Amino acid sequence: MNSQIVEDGATVLSARRIAKSFNGVQVLFSVDFDLRAGEIHALMGENGAGKSTLVKILSGFEQPTSGEILLDGKPVKLPPNGAAEALGIVIIHQEFNLAEHLTVTESLFLGREVTRYGVLNRKFMRAETRRVLDLLGSHVDENALISSLAIADKQMVEIAKAISRDARIIFMDEPTAVLSREETNYLFRQVRKLRDKGTSFVFVSHKLDEVMELTDRVTVLRDGQWIKTSPTAILDGEAIAQLMVGRELSKLFPAKSEPNVDEEITLSVTGLSTGYVHDATFDIRKGEILGFSGLIGSGRTELMEAVAGLRHRASGEVVIHGQSVTSGDAHAVNRSGLAYMTKDRKSKGLLLNSRMTANLTLQSLDKHGKLGYLSPASEAAALEKARRRFDIRVRDGNVVAGRMSGGNQQKLLLAKVMETEPDIIIIDEPTRGIDVGTKQQIYHFISALARDGRSIIVVSSEMPEVIGLCTRVAVMREGRIVGMLEGDEINEQEIMRYAAGLKKKAAA
Amino acid sequence: MSANEEARAIRRRSWRDIDLRAVAPFAALILLLIVGALVNPNFIGITNLANVATRSAFIAIIAVGATFVISSGDLDLSVGSMVAFVASLMILFMNSGVIADPALMLTAAIAFTIVAGAACGLANGLITTVGKIEPFIATLGTMGIYRGLTTWLSQGGAITLREPALQEMYRPAYFGYILGVPVPIVVILAVTAVAAFILYRTRYGRHVVAVGSNSDVARYSGIPVNRVRTIAFVIQGLCVAIAVLLYVPRLGSTSATTGILWELQAITAVVVGGTALKGGAGRVWGTICGAFILELVGNIMLLSNFISEYLIGAIQGAIIIIAMLVQRSLVRKS
Repeated sequence: MNSQIVEDGATVLSARRIAKSFNGVQVLFSVDFDLRAGEIHALMGENGAGKSTLVKILSGFEQPTSGEILLDGKPVKLPPNGAAEALGIVIIHQEFNLAEHLTVTESLFLGREVTRYGVLNRKFMRAETRRVLDLLGSHVDENALISSLAIADKQMVEIAKAISRDARIIFMDEPTAVLSREETNYLFRQVRKLRDKGTSFVFVSHKLDEVMELTDRVTVLRDGQWIKTSPTAILDGEAIAQLMVGRELSKLFPAKSEPNVDEEITLSVTGLSTGYVHDATFDIRKGEILGFSGLIGSGRTELMEAVAGLRHRASGEVVIHGQSVTSGDAHAVNRSGLAYMTKDRKSKGLLLNSRMTANLTLQSLDKHGKLGYLSPASEAAALEKARRRFDIRVRDGNVVAGRMSGGNQQKLLLAKVMETEPDIIIIDEPTRGIDVGTKQQIYHFISALARDGRSIIVVSSEMPEVIGLCTRVAVMREGRIVGMLEGDEINEQEIMRYAAGLKKKAAA
Repeated sequence: MSANEEARAIRRRSWRDIDLRAVAPFAALILLLIVGALVNPNFIGITNLANVATRSAFIAIIAVGATFVISSGDLDLSVGSMVAFVASLMILFMNSGVIADPALMLTAAIAFTIVAGAACGLANGLITTVGKIEPFIATLGTMGIYRGLTTWLSQGGAITLREPALQEMYRPAYFGYILGVPVPIVVILAVTAVAAFILYRTRYGRHVVAVGSNSDVARYSGIPVNRVRTIAFVIQGLCVAIAVLLYVPRLGSTSATTGILWELQAITAVVVGGTALKGGAGRVWGTICGAFILELVGNIMLLSNFISEYLIGAIQGAIIIIAMLVQRSLVRKS
């Protein structure tokens, strides 16, 4: 029955000419999308291509600006805030929506507890939970606390929750980002089993091999536009990648310039460990761009925060310009010339309710007056300079940071960090959630900073970024630096081999 | 767009730019003055208004300190008890007679009071930051402690300044005039001006707002978050001490019931003045306006005959709720 359904399954959910804009910025342009009964449909595209927005619209979390959604062929307006679950549409988020203090059973029945005479019927709920978990072939204990589960098991509980709510359509946003290969295989088996029973899946992922392995059809989005929908079998990874990028990567990145081998080593980290990061050792020279690649959760940010003094280190040494710095002293690290630019610009980088000036100078107020007194003129001059230097385009100079576009926010954050005049800059996810044009600008800023003799560490989950910018790439996996690539070794396959644990560095 | 049009666009925008939240308390104040004038013609007289301003001094000065604490994202419930405690300490110090010369004694007592206030604030700050206890709970605790210590010091009764020479010398600090303006009003203006300078024009002020707005952003910007928060509590303590310096000469005595519910009034003044209770936006002049509004409402109720003055507490409680509702609706609109 399965292949039949895949071939000619009826369309369960479709989007017709969906468009969406946020604050006047259009992120989806007239996108069409069909999901058939009993298929696994991959949704692919680069970051910012509009995948997440489309998923949110199809699951009711966002309303389209125009266009319509058809469920079983009939136009519907999906209810917001997850109420679409009642229609059988469930979304499994990247960050799990599970309360850590509840048991598996309690999580499954959260919000629709079964009662008898007004009292919880716990026996029934436990039995039902067991039944669903068995159906999935999962061995998770129905009485276990969510907090005690492994990540793959949490994922399984989310899926069980979806099934127990009679989901017909399940959206999975990067479900394997945090899973090991074995866990992934296990998950895929369960997904196929459900597919064969008629459940439809939308699978959002960056991992080409997984998409090739699991899915029946692929839809590719690029810059908010629908590019192609096609059976997976007739495409290969190369073809999908081409569709996703659709432009010459070489133009996106400025030419690399190798640093001189006898340049001064500006930052050297030896044997650094934190709770998760283990024995990290690396150094960087003046004028070098060093990349840090790896899967989400491989410990890159934790390592960089420890280097920047935002987090205490359990052991190891950080030497900046030949001076060892104490653990957990962000201010001292800053003063010795190292700045860390967070990937989380909205909650850790910028004061969203403050204007550009307050944000720009927050980290470098010492420069703007004596004895704590701040000179408004000096601050205004700094803003003027930063706006020109980093091409921050806003119509109103008094706008609060929260109302600026992602690209301008990112430029402002970069400007803020550069105000401290660092010569070692750690940039965590330099282009998260910004459009291609701004990405290109930021790549050029980074390259220019390196040419000026600054050392730059780029931490990124976007492989093209690391490959296009860096002259050396460290790959992290499960808290360790497992590989250090140079020259021709810097390519997608090689990085993935290290990131996925297929290859480890020879004892260095 | 030609340069001319651009200039016009900028002008138009600057009109819309006016922050309604900053203006609202002053609009409310003007409204109240009009209402008061209609209720009783004596109300609008300079004597009555100066009286109201003088009486609002304690709450206003304490509320200026509270503006710092609240802007940095914390809360201090202990200020009312702190006033009673610090005032008791001050009077006991003056009664102890360790210094014979009245002028010297008074100077020492003032210095002692300021140190005591700062120390009380420091205690609150350290308990919340180093002890990592929610400010609500931490200051709820010290509120009980300061109040309890006051009751114990006064043995349940009153503590009265005994030395007549000191009393005489100290009296003008509340009842005197500087250039025709009552001393308490001068003190309010001076304290507020200094506070506004610190909050808007110094590095520390910027740090306070950053910490209250988003402590993660502050931490990632290399700001010593805990030190900033602790200093805000110390500033609150200093403001309490200044309020005490005005309070003691007024009656020359304190008791276990001094300053009861002042924390509520101070927080109300701050919120009415437009400072966000969840931190991140401090408005010092708005706070003063808020304190004045609270006192004016009481004054209008006294001068009019249609509302019982026993309802003052209820009215003040209602004001804080209305202020929050107004604030929220203004935020939505913008």
